[in-house]
Amino acid sequence: MHNAIVMKTSRIVVAAALCAAALVTPALAVEAGQAAPALSLPSLKGEVVALDKLRGKVVYVDFWASWCGPCRRSFPWMNEMQQKYGARGFSVLAVNVDKKRADADKFLAQIPANFTVVFDETGATPTAWAVKGMPSSYLVDARGNVTFVERGFLDESKGPLEERIKALLAAKN
Amino acid sequence: MRRSSMRHLLLLAALSALGGCATFEPPKPWEKGQLAKPEMQFDYDRLDARAQVHVYTSKEGASGGYGVGGGGCGCN
Repeated sequence: MHNAIVMKTSRIVVAAALCAAALVTPALAVEAGQAAPALSLPSLKGEVVALDKLRGKVVYVDFWASWCGPCRRSFPWMNEMQQKYGARGFSVLAVNVDKKRADADKFLAQIPANFTVVFDETGATPTAWAVKGMPSSYLVDARGNVTFVERGFLDESKGPLEERIKALLAAKN
Repeated sequence: MRRSSMRHLLLLAALSALGGCATFEPPKPWEKGQLAKPEMQFDYDRLDARAQVHVYTSKEGASGGYGVGGGGCGCN
């Protein structure tokens, strides 16, 4: 009888200790000048898209969600960039972080994307990239290094971002 | 003997529980889908919000301070 109580209590202690141990170690933010972390996720069609396979291309990695207002505004611009510079070796890689895939599908039905969209419902990729806000975009050069990080999306930043894309494409060739 | 070890265990459990509170982590930026919903806003009901502001302004001589605009995603 008494033993059972002790057992129960110790079980609680162990559970509490485990909870404390589950402290998430904060990942360091990905900044300009660093190598881009790994990114390998399934696309709309189900095939796995890996960032290292895009080496040699200038890649605009964008973390977005259906519930994020600025993300909605960034899509037409990303479509435009893909159309303008796709042939010169530029690629938009948009990572959806919605918990429910259906939400993302609804969004994409409203605002179709002409670039690659991949899906991470688990949140492992934004954790690895230490995403600090939504949307977050990372401009990755042909060698796989992050050259610029943009947090949020403002109409004013479209111009400067395009200039950076152009400069990276020029440096690549 | 039994009693004191029980006490120690309980104390340890209580202390760990305290630590458990310290490890609370707010949702990550990509986990704020629920918070970004319109119904999660303080001023979701425009009419109700206006009425409340009116009451505060006229009865208490106070206005403003209703938080920031936009969703909980920290992006608007």
